[in-house]
Amino acid sequence: MDILSNLAMGFGVALSPWTLMLAVIGCFIGTIVGALPGLGPSNGVALLIPISFSMGLDAISALVLLTSVYYGAMYGGRISSILLNIPGDEPAMMTTLDGYPMARQGRAGDALVVSGVASFVGAFLATVGLMLLAPMLSRVAYHFGPAEYFALYLLAFCTLGGVGSNNQAKSALAALIGLGIAMIGLDKTTGMPRFTFGELHLMDGIDFLVAIVGLFAVSEVFFFIESHGKNSAIGVVLDKVRIPWNDLKRSTGAMLRGTGVGFLAGILPGAGASLGSFLAYILEKGVARNPQDFGKGEVRGVAAPEAGNNAAAGGALIPMLTLGVPGSGTTAVLLALLLTLNITPGPLLFTERPEVVWGLIASLLIANIVLLIMNVPMVKVFVKVLTVPSHILLPGVTMVAFVGIYSLTGSSYDMQLMVAFGILGYICRKLDIPTVPIILGILLGNAMEDNLRRAMVLSDGDWTYLFSSGVSIGLWVAAIIGFMAPLFLRRFLKRPAIPEANED
Amino acid sequence: MIKADRIFGLVMMLVALGYLFSATHIQTSFLSDPVGPRIFPYLIGGGVILCSLVLVIRPDANAEWPGLGTVLQLVIALAVLIGYASAVRPLGFIIPTAVAAGVLSYQINPKPVSALLTGVGLSVGLFVLFKMILGLGLVGFPRHWF
Repeated sequence: MDILSNLAMGFGVALSPWTLMLAVIGCFIGTIVGALPGLGPSNGVALLIPISFSMGLDAISALVLLTSVYYGAMYGGRISSILLNIPGDEPAMMTTLDGYPMARQGRAGDALVVSGVASFVGAFLATVGLMLLAPMLSRVAYHFGPAEYFALYLLAFCTLGGVGSNNQAKSALAALIGLGIAMIGLDKTTGMPRFTFGELHLMDGIDFLVAIVGLFAVSEVFFFIESHGKNSAIGVVLDKVRIPWNDLKRSTGAMLRGTGVGFLAGILPGAGASLGSFLAYILEKGVARNPQDFGKGEVRGVAAPEAGNNAAAGGALIPMLTLGVPGSGTTAVLLALLLTLNITPGPLLFTERPEVVWGLIASLLIANIVLLIMNVPMVKVFVKVLTVPSHILLPGVTMVAFVGIYSLTGSSYDMQLMVAFGILGYICRKLDIPTVPIILGILLGNAMEDNLRRAMVLSDGDWTYLFSSGVSIGLWVAAIIGFMAPLFLRRFLKRPAIPEANED
Repeated sequence: MIKADRIFGLVMMLVALGYLFSATHIQTSFLSDPVGPRIFPYLIGGGVILCSLVLVIRPDANAEWPGLGTVLQLVIALAVLIGYASAVRPLGFIIPTAVAAGVLSYQINPKPVSALLTGVGLSVGLFVLFKMILGLGLVGFPRHWF
């Protein structure tokens, strides 16, 4: 078996004591990051990339550390959803619907255990799915030419904008802002500066890490000050945690269904974990014999979205690794990590750097087991962390953001640029403009232009070349559908509101 | 009341016009490809104008914008962050970090003593963590002090 020998090689890379230690540290930090309201997987990974890079970690170690953080954050998001009715990150929103009512009935411990196991099932099976599907997809992607890649990038922007936002014009605008920013710097083909206005700092372009940390982490400062840190979590109590075997047995089906739906949602470029948990919850409510109990503390309403959200996180890695097209904000950040490490994702990655791919997959499996141990018996530790008051937490996070960018670039200019991106992020969030397409635009902009120009070189300037193959026509059609369909579907797929925290 | 989306749309339109104007000045070398370095920026600028038009014509309902007092707080935070970005290189890590973290902490929870402790604690703690344990190249104090 090809897969097994590859996997053995992966474990050979990832099972050293050093990488195991990094996995444990990453899982621990990740769970905390996920649990803290306002800090999600994207911010967490974004904050840690410059730091791990400045520490001089090699590619495998950095990958192990940060994917552990990524998975850990997906696990951790449920903790504050259940205990505080505040989603620790966006995909964990659906978990509040039944998790918080369970906590109010004194079953917080049960909800935490069930959702922890559901996270494990979702993430573990999705990693297995990744192992099986990614090599196949990479063989298909091998035949993609520049025209297909151009259409593929377009598809990612369209589905991300269509699914992830309430207003198509705004998400398209966000993507275009990102693409426009990506153009700054020297043009690779001609070597001519573009949009630098004579500023030497801009010749190399804008570092995407500066943009990511600014948009995701610094904007949070402004948001927090505006809301006066209302979401602080002092006074959380959690009784004895025991394993509710009955609940686990009852929700096995829900976990598996949630995993399937979430995994598929994750593979779609641009859809990601939020959609995965949403669809998993809707499906579970649809097939249940007691839909009226959902939203009142039904354990399957906790299991399904958690499995879905974690399965989507695994599924989202497939397009990211095989095509270089991220499916969500966090995978966009992971793509930034790979690019920082000089690893170009795509079909060639599987043939040229198999140790990276399989080491990554092995470390994901390891991370899952570590996380299951951390999140079920040790969940009380993380509940303690939730009680850190925001007036310590927020300045701390801000300073970590600065330390990361400062030690990476050593320039005041880049730090000021980061603050500017923080303002942009604040304004965007106020106007309900999604920031993930901006990141995606900055990350993919140059590759997108590059592919367009290479396609035009191949066809000698004939623009119809973009639609000349079956695959590219399919991608264009999918892009248009992905962008337009939510306009019509939105009426049917209305999100249920988060239960009120104070009603009695 | 003027919708915020309209203002943003108009601002973005102006930015896009500036972007397009600047794109016309990108130099092409004689060894260029059929597309050249200008076309893609043109497409982007055109797209931004189109999307901004949609925002101007069909704006969403306004979000709740902060009152004057909160805006002042936000401006202070902004000033602190920009000041920090400029100060940390010449002044070293410890002092600017203590000040910036302290002010931010005070803004969230206006208790002077706890803000002071938070600032100093975070500054020293992060310095120990990043410099001593993780080995990042931070400078603690201005170089000419020693």
